[in-house]
Amino acid sequence: MRRAILPAAVLAIAAAALAGWRWHTAAPAPWTDAEIEILRSLWIGSLPPLPPDPTNAVADDERAARFGQRLFFDVRLSGNGAVSCATCHQPARRFTDGLPKAVGIGTARRNTRSIVGSAYSPWQYWDGRRDSLWAQALTPLETPVEQGGDREKIVALVATDPDYRSRYEALFGALPATDDVHGVDRAFANLGKAIEAYERRILPGPSRFDAYVEAVIAGDTAAQHATFSDDEIRGLRLFIGEANCTQCHNGPLFTNNEFHNTGVIAFPGEVPDKGRVQGVREVLADPFNCAGEFSDDPTHDCPELDFARTGVTLIGAMRTPSLRNLGGAQPYMHEGQFATLADVLENYNEAPLAMIGHNEAKPLGFGSRKLRELEAFLETLDAPLATPVEWLAPPSGTGDRQQEQQR
Amino acid sequence: MIERKARTIFGALFVLVALAPGLRADQQAATQYPSEHGLYTVSYESLLDPIVINRMHSWILTVRNADGTPVDDAEITVDGGMPAHNHGLPTQPRVTQKLGEGRYKVEGLRFHMQGHWEMKIGIAASGKTDTVIIPLDL
Repeated sequence: MRRAILPAAVLAIAAAALAGWRWHTAAPAPWTDAEIEILRSLWIGSLPPLPPDPTNAVADDERAARFGQRLFFDVRLSGNGAVSCATCHQPARRFTDGLPKAVGIGTARRNTRSIVGSAYSPWQYWDGRRDSLWAQALTPLETPVEQGGDREKIVALVATDPDYRSRYEALFGALPATDDVHGVDRAFANLGKAIEAYERRILPGPSRFDAYVEAVIAGDTAAQHATFSDDEIRGLRLFIGEANCTQCHNGPLFTNNEFHNTGVIAFPGEVPDKGRVQGVREVLADPFNCAGEFSDDPTHDCPELDFARTGVTLIGAMRTPSLRNLGGAQPYMHEGQFATLADVLENYNEAPLAMIGHNEAKPLGFGSRKLRELEAFLETLDAPLATPVEWLAPPSGTGDRQQEQQR
Repeated sequence: MIERKARTIFGALFVLVALAPGLRADQQAATQYPSEHGLYTVSYESLLDPIVINRMHSWILTVRNADGTPVDDAEITVDGGMPAHNHGLPTQPRVTQKLGEGRYKVEGLRFHMQGHWEMKIGIAASGKTDTVIIPLDL
């Protein structure tokens, strides 16, 4: 009798192992109609046209974009003549810099966010302390550890560079006198608006994930299997289901552009970042915000500012980033705390207590296989940008001069 | 050419995209939510129909006394959140117009996650205050 127990136990273990193996190797189940609707909502084909920016009259003017492109790559706008927007927002790195925290003249306090698709967001920065791309673009120009310039010198540069001067005046009219403080403020705002016109063109392109969704919508199983591995399909199923990722990473850019505390701890010895609770104070006080005198919208209708949430529930909350094009954009999170996607996923797996405020996420408690499947799926969101390459480098005829300045 | 075709297809499909809807407008208006202490009832009608996530929109609230008569001069507060995530609304909506016959326009509403939400409507009229909870599944 006792002899029979051992073979029975061995058999039971073998059967369990086989069942487990079959679970992981069996072809993924077909998508339900409800799941297909979620996939469609994440598909790049669901991306609406760019929302207009009524605060910027030249937002969609190609001449402004050409001017803005020059400004974006121009180190002469900085205090030390060596830092441009592109120092941190590098086109070859999906408009980020590969560093934990941005490095301009000094080291900034946060990780560089990508510009790709940022024109779709009502807020800019991790804490949403600016409410338009043009108001954002002005901020690093005068931040000492970033570009460290000042508006009087920047406007003077535009006035003395014949190419810049003619481009500026064609768009905005005459430049102000150097002692016209208010006029300089307005000209400075106009330069931000040209940079926004450029940045609005930096948009994500269709990825392998999008091709997979198209195959799902078309009901083409052969194309589905040619596009996605079983692991990637399982990872996608976890992403839209059990892992709850689409709670925040929703829509075709995989972000709701809102503010969440996910318990990402500060580096040892650093004070935890207050996040949105501070950012909302700053955006309401920003003279270049939607409600300010430099907005081009005569109605001054600013629902985002008007109904912006303030208060303690936003302590430690940071704006959800897009998950498109994460490859090459590491390290991740607001201070670049995580070197790899696996590290990011581990944070959601454990959902640690937040240092300040509270972590909205609940621990996933996944095993390593599920985490790898999620990671495999996230890697399918990498793709070349939709933006033509001519926009992804300094415009011809400006590079040499700026390089000289840099030396 | 391909780009233009793709854009047309994308545009057409975008129109078809619907994220998880809440109650339809006709269902909303017919549903009365009683206040905690039974002083009032509230119904809502979303001017965005169906309610989709990540879009700012407005509601019309209709506030009635327990006997069904409309409440016109109430001070209304609007709050809410997702109990499961222990967070509030992403915006701070408020009543912007008193429309009469117990109707109030609330602007600045936005839901940024799918799942179960609870809206909390505070009503103060003639010195009597009460709260109505409106559940909402997106």
